[in-house]
Amino acid sequence: MNVTVARLTVRGLLGRRRGILLLVVPAVLLAISVFARNSSADKHDLAVNILGTLSLGTLVPILGLVVGTGVISTEIDDGSIVYLLAKPLPRWKIITTKLAVAVVTTWLFAAVPTLLAGLIIYGTQDTLAIAFTLAALVAGTAYSAVFLLLGVVTRHAVVAGLAYALVWESLVGNFVKGAKTLSIQQWGLSLAKSVAAHGTIDATVAVGVAVPLLIAVTVAATVFASVKLAGFTMTAED
Amino acid sequence: MSLPPESRTPDTGVIHNIGYRAYAGPRLGRSYATRSLFVQSLRAAYGLGRSGKSKVLPMLMLALPVLVAVIVVVVAIMRKSDQLSTDYPQFPSILALLVEIFLAAQAPVLLSRDLRNNTVPLYFSRPITRGDYVRAKFAAMVSAMMIVMGAPLVVLYLGSMLAGQNLGHNTGHFLIGLVTALLYALVYSSIGLLIAASTPRRGFGVASIMGVLVVSNIIAGIVYALSGGPHGGDITQSSDWAAVISPSMLVESFVNQVFTLATDTGAVRAPGAFGAVVFAVEIAVIIAGSYWLVDRRYRKI
Repeated sequence: MNVTVARLTVRGLLGRRRGILLLVVPAVLLAISVFARNSSADKHDLAVNILGTLSLGTLVPILGLVVGTGVISTEIDDGSIVYLLAKPLPRWKIITTKLAVAVVTTWLFAAVPTLLAGLIIYGTQDTLAIAFTLAALVAGTAYSAVFLLLGVVTRHAVVAGLAYALVWESLVGNFVKGAKTLSIQQWGLSLAKSVAAHGTIDATVAVGVAVPLLIAVTVAATVFASVKLAGFTMTAED
Repeated sequence: MSLPPESRTPDTGVIHNIGYRAYAGPRLGRSYATRSLFVQSLRAAYGLGRSGKSKVLPMLMLALPVLVAVIVVVVAIMRKSDQLSTDYPQFPSILALLVEIFLAAQAPVLLSRDLRNNTVPLYFSRPITRGDYVRAKFAAMVSAMMIVMGAPLVVLYLGSMLAGQNLGHNTGHFLIGLVTALLYALVYSSIGLLIAASTPRRGFGVASIMGVLVVSNIIAGIVYALSGGPHGGDITQSSDWAAVISPSMLVESFVNQVFTLATDTGAVRAPGAFGAVVFAVEIAVIIAGSYWLVDRRYRKI
């Protein structure tokens, strides 16, 4: 961790009006959960649908994408990363600092609203809200690390990340069972399943598989991003 | 502070006539420049004239729907069925995700890059006006989207002809399909370009366009399910009003109601004639409003 780098990253990420734009995510989630609370439909299905599909399935990946790539690829895009790289700081420290900022931002803007939405819709029953919050926390961490790596590796990080989050996890995952084993969203879900009351959440991946994979992917992505940044060369935009 | 004393000898150089001549050829004018900008933007939307890397995604998004259409045709021919398994107007909604990714990836290519590199003022040093620039970019994005959605429809139509299916039915539905694709192209492009014009950051633009489209769709789905959900037949229900939230559901339900399609599957449809009018107005407002906002945004540059 380097405080100055962290401060600059936060300013780049949330400065000007961008922080307000990110607030759209919690606003949407809370608005829909207030709407859902007042409906007559089955609250459990509703909570699983809103917290699982909307929050964990869509908002967490998209936020992770914006934040994870936003902490580094905007600087790479406009070339100002060279001023940071020219400082006598180990490259891995830059990566871990930026990752920490991304992770905390994702937690604040996705996991906390998930907890609130869960409490609004379903209260504390079945520890469902806690379970989905935990899933959002770990999935947000893994997404941030993976998308940060994408931001270092490619100029088309956001498109590649979208392809992974929406096409692979949502579209392919719905049809092909095996694709779910390699899905951060499913790992988060399986963790949520182990926390929530028995039989309230469906997950296809076992916890014993999900937790090591989550840790391995997060650590590997961070290490690989550090290695990539250590041998970084600026390339012109196409 | 006093200036240093003038110690140099007076200049003895002369200005040589190097034969500079003003351009006396034909000037092609504003409409030509606008057309060139349109063509270049359309090419840019497919990465033509750019590096191989930037061709990958648009070409993939063009190839996948065509591939799906070919599969549909092949299945229909193998089974010797008298109808294709998917109707033309439904095709763009089935492949909505691919179309949305194309839009999200390419709308910022058309606008954000010019903003980021500060090249917009250079365009306006040419005869084209701000209105021409916005018009050319909109036309290019809509055309690019039409190619993505229209190409598989053409494949389906040609395939149904090869399979010897009913010509009248297929032609009618093919034309409805093209109208649907045009509506999708207009609505999606206006939303995409509006977001792309507001940010010089390409990545941010991509994520926000995709976020707006996907999240609005999911919210509309949840609201739809909460207020009654799907229902069969021609009857209309209040749950169909949920479609106003999501641009893709809006177009789909509008087309379903206006052309009385998909009556048996219980797909979302605009509630009655009044609903159809409201939906049409919303579609018009989205298109005109976005165009106006983008136009206004470029007035300040």
